[in-house]
Amino acid sequence: MTAMEWLNVILQGVLIGGLYAMFAAGLSLIFGVMRLVNIAHGDLIVLAAYVALMVTQTLGIDPLTSLLLVTPIMAVIGYVLQRGLLNRTLGDDLLPPLLVTFGLSIIIQNGLLELFTADSRKLQAGSIEIETFQLMQGVWVGLLPLIQFFVAVAVIAALQALFYRTALGRAFRATSDDQAVAQLMGLDTRHVFAMAMALSLAVIAIAGVFLAVRANFDPAIGPARLIFGFEAVIIGGLGNMWGTLAGGVILGVSQAIGAQIDPGWQLLAGHIVFLAILALRPQGLFPKVSG
Amino acid sequence: MPDRPLLELRAVDAYYGDFQALFDVSLQIDAEQVVAVIGANGAGKSTLLKSIAGLMHPRRGDMLFDGAPISGAAAFEVVARGIALVPEGRRLFPSLTVEENLLIGGQSRRAGPWTLSRVYDLFPVLAERRHLPAPALSGGQQQMAAIGRALMSNPRLLLCDEISLGLAPIVVRDIYARLPAIVAEGLSMIIVEQDIVQALQAAAHVYCLQEGRIALQGRARELTRESISAAYFGV
Repeated sequence: MTAMEWLNVILQGVLIGGLYAMFAAGLSLIFGVMRLVNIAHGDLIVLAAYVALMVTQTLGIDPLTSLLLVTPIMAVIGYVLQRGLLNRTLGDDLLPPLLVTFGLSIIIQNGLLELFTADSRKLQAGSIEIETFQLMQGVWVGLLPLIQFFVAVAVIAALQALFYRTALGRAFRATSDDQAVAQLMGLDTRHVFAMAMALSLAVIAIAGVFLAVRANFDPAIGPARLIFGFEAVIIGGLGNMWGTLAGGVILGVSQAIGAQIDPGWQLLAGHIVFLAILALRPQGLFPKVSG
Repeated sequence: MPDRPLLELRAVDAYYGDFQALFDVSLQIDAEQVVAVIGANGAGKSTLLKSIAGLMHPRRGDMLFDGAPISGAAAFEVVARGIALVPEGRRLFPSLTVEENLLIGGQSRRAGPWTLSRVYDLFPVLAERRHLPAPALSGGQQQMAAIGRALMSNPRLLLCDEISLGLAPIVVRDIYARLPAIVAEGLSMIIVEQDIVQALQAAAHVYCLQEGRIALQGRARELTRESISAAYFGV
């Protein structure tokens, strides 16, 4: 293989890494604010894909435009889910939210199976799916992966700004530090948690639509997306949004290189890099920085 | 002066699970009054403040703030009504800067005299260090920030839990020297202290808790050292 071909492979890995970072960002946000490990995260991504499928089919709009509807729909689902169900599971024990979101994962998978069958679906984005341009001699980039990557960077930047520049972000960080004192500041933590889940599901909506445009999806693919999200979070380091982006990119590049060596190695290579980083640097590559 | 007290507790019993921490506690505080609650470790002082602030809910008894019941209210609702707690051990938010800690104190958006710049006037050292993370402050500065954070909600009643705890005497004196300026803005305070001398100087009225019961109360000036030590130690 030539150096150019390797460059191509790595570039594709970087671009898919943006998608993984979006899987991871919502997961990391929820864990950071309320110490909740959302096992249903991957299935919620798939749910967002099906919501987008319904929206695009009903209204006849293209998938990227459908985000204008899918994002708020998912955010509302997140808010209601948190206030109606998940808030009741939070406490000193980490196990109840784990079990409840595990159950939620099964319910979402089977609910989607009932409604949409096990057939593979895909969102059709039209000509931008196949448009490519030459970056340099021998290196080609697809328009859609490029859009996907820049959207991911924008999402991470927006989350970072929200966390460190807004009153809502301040409330997230304060609640994460000390729930009881946050209440003394006049913060209703039930509402703060619900806002965090709404935000997480808004990011999930964007990730879900890009996932569904990029490849086929069916009700069973959620758990694998959850794993990619977890791996990106751990590689990047908890509590650092830019680290999460880096984690997603490292995972994407590892998978791309693995697939190039042997197509069967795509997922394995990602898992190996994840395990290596977990073993050598358990706090992640870019752990939380103060201030 | 209004004829009803700002805060009135009637026969309050509070529990941690099966353990009763407060027995039949009645207390009242008028507008613009400073009341001290003293007592040994485990006498129920912090429990009393947590119950008023809504962090825990008494099993029996009434708590009236400005005539309205607050017994079942959540902490965030109690703040909105005008009661702010400076918690024991400061408990600033470590992930937030000094200024963010103060700003979040003003989250409830109650109107009143206290703003960021007024708090900085009261504690100028905080203005110099506003962009530092809260754990970078010294203990005394952290206490100032915790008081400033509570003031930012423009409370009518400020609850201070052990503000002298773990601080050098000179720092304690410095902080207590600024309390009159705070009271002068028209709020009332309940000061919980183990440092009796400090408490007696600052307060007009004193309650002494002993094993969850009020063992003694009276005007700070009229209580004798003997009666206090009897109530304090139960001897």
